[in-house]
Amino acid sequence: MGYTITEKILLSHSRGTRSIAPGDFVMADVDLCLGNDVTSPIAIKEFRELGFDRVFNSKRVLLVPDHFLPAKDMKSANQARLLKDFAEEFKIDNYFELGEMGVEHALLPERGIILPGDLMIGADSHTCTHGALGAFATGVGSTDLGYAMAFGECWLKVPETIKIVLTGKPRKWVGGKDIILHIISDLGVSGALYKAMEFAGDTLQYLDMDDRFSICNMAVEAGAKNGIVPPDKITESYVKAAIRKYKPSRKTYKAVKSDKDAVYSETREYNVSKLEPVVAAPDLPSNGKPVSGYKNVKVDQVVVGSCTNGRISDLKTAASVLKGKRVSPDVRLVVIPATQDVYREAVKQGYAEIFVKAGGTFCTPSCGPCLGGHMGILSEGEVALATTNRNFVGRMGHPKSLVYLSNPAIAAASAVKGIIAHPSDL
Amino acid sequence: MKFKGKVHKFGDNVNTDEIIPARYLNTSDPEELAKHCMEDADPEFVEKAVEGDIIFGGENFGCGSSREHAPIAIKAFGVSCVVAKSFARIFYRNAINIGLPIFTSEDAVRDIKTGDKVEVDAVKGQIKKVGRKGSFNVEVFPKFIKEIVASGGLMGYAAKKARRVKQ
Repeated sequence: MGYTITEKILLSHSRGTRSIAPGDFVMADVDLCLGNDVTSPIAIKEFRELGFDRVFNSKRVLLVPDHFLPAKDMKSANQARLLKDFAEEFKIDNYFELGEMGVEHALLPERGIILPGDLMIGADSHTCTHGALGAFATGVGSTDLGYAMAFGECWLKVPETIKIVLTGKPRKWVGGKDIILHIISDLGVSGALYKAMEFAGDTLQYLDMDDRFSICNMAVEAGAKNGIVPPDKITESYVKAAIRKYKPSRKTYKAVKSDKDAVYSETREYNVSKLEPVVAAPDLPSNGKPVSGYKNVKVDQVVVGSCTNGRISDLKTAASVLKGKRVSPDVRLVVIPATQDVYREAVKQGYAEIFVKAGGTFCTPSCGPCLGGHMGILSEGEVALATTNRNFVGRMGHPKSLVYLSNPAIAAASAVKGIIAHPSDL
Repeated sequence: MKFKGKVHKFGDNVNTDEIIPARYLNTSDPEELAKHCMEDADPEFVEKAVEGDIIFGGENFGCGSSREHAPIAIKAFGVSCVVAKSFARIFYRNAINIGLPIFTSEDAVRDIKTGDKVEVDAVKGQIKKVGRKGSFNVEVFPKFIKEIVASGGLMGYAAKKARRVKQ
């Protein structure tokens, strides 16, 4: 009986374990552990209480203060300072200061820090994003991070795997975001609870890494432990380019794939060739329906950014829709590149100018308003359309504000029209 | 160990943004977080609830963000335990790791309502309404989880391990 890619990675990281099966508990060695400015302060406190004078590996602890930086208030500044001081004291290489910093799940792959076959935990639920590289990556809590910083390991239950087979070539304006919103709307927000979601099928050849990151990013919105795309040529060329550019401490990796006779709890097939762009209505990511189903839904704010859709191809798409257009006078457009590299590239390619000329804003990398942090909080009764990942009650501000989720093309078109719209409506 | 308290019942998919909204995440002080426990699910929760009370949830309780601030807010407020039909996985591990008692029981959640007084027997794995006959069984924790729970959470488990490592 064969193993899935998730099982193989868990097995190879569990010392003294000869075989594993879904439901087993393992204490797995982590290649990388990650925290941000919201979750690390608790982890640091726990770590210090254990009384260790060093972290398990100073190159494998990653601290990215992306949530509230540039510090939105004094308390946030104090939290971020904790990370900086800790990084200095424990000689953490991968701490990122403003100006270099980006949204963690865009930044780390971009720099070649996470590699195929890795086992990574992160005190952030969207850590599952990194599964797009053929790694096992899952969100945990702060105490898990504190423990991992000390011992270099994490307790994990081996998940069952749902195989998601994608077939067909997506149409224009349809990308990874639409595919994952479509899948979550079918599975429900707990449809993959505790499970791995493994993506396969001929559609993958049409999906670049940015699309794959969007897909794996939202696996957690179906309740999944991890999303994973077995590595192929697209993965390889992305990773090799990142290693060449940034020369991370590890330059080699071992890509893993599922066995032909691997066992899945379920296989689901989705033909995406006829899929329209999907918009998820408040207040669950599973409330997705085709964009054409929304008539006269007014929006007060449009956000393009986040670990889901703040990468360069996302900004390129949004810019292509906005070029030569004006944002509706009733709408605030907030564009937030996910990383400093994306920011620089967007300036170089002229996207930034398109956003600003259209009457939008172009901000410094941050999680921003996605989690209701800063840079675009909604007042009572306001409606936002965002390329982010969650539309829960009060997610972006007031408990009586509303968030719709979409891809960057729909977001850009809606900013121009003032209502949820498709680029062909312009 | 037994927990006895009044029930505050919530629906399915209660997410961690509702349990502790992001506007309060600029601190990790448990006392501060406790003041805003469940605020966006029920703004009056902290007024209505008292120490020892029990939260009941439906499916997928604690979904969304990994913020440990969510179980910390619940624990620091003094909620004695959380019972749900199912828990989102990161909330589940966070609760286990920090020593917030959680129990899974579909039947108990179906039958028990807000305002009911219940008794949760953690050792027997049973939930019953006070003054009523009959009880509901809770799902038994796997052996590995029991070990962490018995250590008072992951850091209790870690402290034992740290002593071994240092020896």
